[in-house]
Amino acid sequence: MSITLTINGERRDVDAEPGTPLLWVLRDELDMTGTKFGCGVAACGACTVHIDGQPTRSCLTFVEDAAETEITTIEGINGKIAEAVQQSWRDLDVVQCGYCQSGQIMSAIGLLNETPNPTDADIDAYMSGNACRCATYQRIRAAIHDAAGKMEA
Amino acid sequence: MTFQATRRSFLAGAAASSAALVVGFTPAGVLAGGHSGAQFNPFVKIGTDGTVSVIIKHFEMGQGTTTGLATLVAEELDADWETLAIEFAPSDNERYANLAFGAQGTGGSTAIANSYMQYRKAGAAARAVLVEAAAKEWGVDAGSITVENGVLRSGDKSAPLGAMAAAAGKLTPPAEPVLKSADAFKLIGKEDLRRKDSHAKTNGTAQFAIDVKVPGMVYAVILRSPRFGGMLTSFDASGAADVAGFIEAKALPNGAGVAVFGKNTWAAIQAREAITAEWDLANAESRSTDQMIADHVALLDEPEFQARKDSDIAATGSIVDASAKTVEAEFHFPNLAHAPMETLNCVIEPTANGVRVHDGSQFPGITHPTIAGVLQLQADQVEINTVYAGGSFGRRATATSDYQVEAALAFQLLGGQTPVKLVWTREDDLAGGYYRPMAVHRVRVGLDDKNTLTGWDHRIAAKSIIKGTPFEGALVEDGIDHTSVEGVSDSHYAIPAFSVGLSDFQSPMPVLWWRAVGHTHTAYAMEVMVDMAAEAAGADPVEFRLGLLSGGDKDQQRLSGVLKLAAEKSGWGEALPEGRGRGVAVHKSFNSYVAEVVEVSTQDGAVKIEKVTCAVDCGTAVNPDVIKAQMEGGIGFGIGAVMRDAITLTDGEVDQSNFPDYEPLRINDIGAIEVHIVPSSEAPTGVGEPGTPPSGPALANAIHAATGQRVTKLPMTANGIEFV
Repeated sequence: MSITLTINGERRDVDAEPGTPLLWVLRDELDMTGTKFGCGVAACGACTVHIDGQPTRSCLTFVEDAAETEITTIEGINGKIAEAVQQSWRDLDVVQCGYCQSGQIMSAIGLLNETPNPTDADIDAYMSGNACRCATYQRIRAAIHDAAGKMEA
Repeated sequence: MTFQATRRSFLAGAAASSAALVVGFTPAGVLAGGHSGAQFNPFVKIGTDGTVSVIIKHFEMGQGTTTGLATLVAEELDADWETLAIEFAPSDNERYANLAFGAQGTGGSTAIANSYMQYRKAGAAARAVLVEAAAKEWGVDAGSITVENGVLRSGDKSAPLGAMAAAAGKLTPPAEPVLKSADAFKLIGKEDLRRKDSHAKTNGTAQFAIDVKVPGMVYAVILRSPRFGGMLTSFDASGAADVAGFIEAKALPNGAGVAVFGKNTWAAIQAREAITAEWDLANAESRSTDQMIADHVALLDEPEFQARKDSDIAATGSIVDASAKTVEAEFHFPNLAHAPMETLNCVIEPTANGVRVHDGSQFPGITHPTIAGVLQLQADQVEINTVYAGGSFGRRATATSDYQVEAALAFQLLGGQTPVKLVWTREDDLAGGYYRPMAVHRVRVGLDDKNTLTGWDHRIAAKSIIKGTPFEGALVEDGIDHTSVEGVSDSHYAIPAFSVGLSDFQSPMPVLWWRAVGHTHTAYAMEVMVDMAAEAAGADPVEFRLGLLSGGDKDQQRLSGVLKLAAEKSGWGEALPEGRGRGVAVHKSFNSYVAEVVEVSTQDGAVKIEKVTCAVDCGTAVNPDVIKAQMEGGIGFGIGAVMRDAITLTDGEVDQSNFPDYEPLRINDIGAIEVHIVPSSEAPTGVGEPGTPPSGPALANAIHAATGQRVTKLPMTANGIEFV
């Protein structure tokens, strides 16, 4: 069936079966590969996108359920929080293999949107759904604090 | 392993863009320069647009190789770090070999160690011809020219490196270029040098193999045997007919499964769910984990091999028996999956006269000829396009090129003209074998009435990683797979009577190196056992270890050095509140020395990991911040596994399905990690793996200090330990 999605502010028509995860539509049909497949069961967070501003696991979001929403992917993030997060990630060299980091960044933006000055406990609670097998967690925590500081400055 | 170095693969890779100057080595190891690199493969390239590129012969799985190799060239070339570009080398065993292996590949924490002089020389040679060209152009003495941040200067004249590249391409580089002395380094050892791959990995543009899409590509997943070693007898794909996007299903010619093709990944996954298959399981693994553990234990009574040549197992046992005190323990280590975040995948597409393989390729030196063999092509008909790998931890480095061969077979099944992307799901990954081998150790240690060690009887049973692979000639000696005993048989502790028995466990389950290989279990057994011996001796764990390392040889000195540093930085010996404890472990692996102190607290009996303090001596620290990141990651990888990870079998079938059953370390699991690097001018050694081995035993020893519980069977959560 034909479905119209709004992704990063643009209308995109896709032909997809109902029940197809948004993740695979983004990756295979729309060539937006910054959003990653990690588990397919919402247990790792690599596929995190924003739907109406909320971090959401695209691997368990049916494409038809995303039709009337505003979808934002790593390719489309912008604004003060997103820029601070990306800059802090670079200033602190958070990444190693980098595969999970799109999802980490999408979640971090969601956290700072809700809690501009998070504590370590806030960060741990909010980010615990995003797995990183390289275990870059130490730097993720530091980069979120750093980004919070950048926004205050 | 031999294949011809190919002009085509060179053209497809390093020289695809037009170059004004390339500098590298000929197959004979002689420095060479020029415009095209036709006779050699370059390490440094300056394009006609002035872009300076470093050609990276290793793959990047997150360990920081691209940054490290670029640093070595940029240091000697005095290039501008910000604009320096990186390119992955084509697959070429002869010219881009890992000097530690003799073939192209990444592993054993060797990337910087083997490249340290090679890449510096290439950078220095490029600098020399650029300076010579500028001297001619400007009519000045070469000695008057300085190079800084990619700019040549003499008096009032200046030019970027790229401006002299064309002229420099006509010159012959010096055979032995002058290298900087360590006190002149500007980039090597620079604390705040930023990674080369950070930008692309924070905006979604970094390309991994799973992101590759070529025109006309179809997607494949494979239905595999439910038990290791099973062979396909028949399958029924009629149920998949209704799956939208399903193309077809075909049996793999090697009997290993059914290739299921779809128009997209989801279609292939859905279609596979609807296909049933019958398997011949006569030769398959059918045991359950409990039985496999018991079978390991039974092998300990009569070890097949003695891994320390000058000692005798029976004699050591007698010495231990006759000692004033005896300490003994049996250690159980489960199978572990690597579970890199990017699941295994590979794209193969046809080219004008062969194929191109897109892969996060860890062992191109093996994969290239293996793919050629499967597809009955000549080596020069195969190209490998190496892209970023979303983690590996050893999984992408198999002797069989397992997943690349699956992709090649799937490609062949469609007639060899349709591009195919093979994708593994997380379920495939966890059930797919190539695990860290299960291992069981039995250790008996004696102490005399002065609390001095008398003897150490150590026995190990594990499936050999190496036997039956092409690595057997290099890594198995007198029947002993070194990777089964490394970290025990070569311990630097002064132990008077020391025997190490080894027995190989047999199973069709494929096993593989997993970040730090044998050290992942040997360090745990050694360092928990030393802690138990210290306890029996009534000694402080740090002091007891220092006593065993006081012989004065260089290894003992460097182990003592990191041990003292970690103890000092962690506040070792300072009083802790009730319910808290510190544990220590020190271990040498991949020629680096690492000590770690873990501090835990307890709440209602549950353990919280508050802090890890690490000290590392890895020789010259090329990229200190990358080294710290590798220690942080290595510690997290090791601790996550010992806390709660295991691959187990019931009647031969893997019990774990996806991350909820094989829970990776999470951000809330470790409070803080602090890394201290020992200043050193020794040659650089490994950093990707050495952080992992001490982390598990340091945690175990901390739990003992806090709770009195000794954990000798892993994972901890399955053996009485609860974490907050």
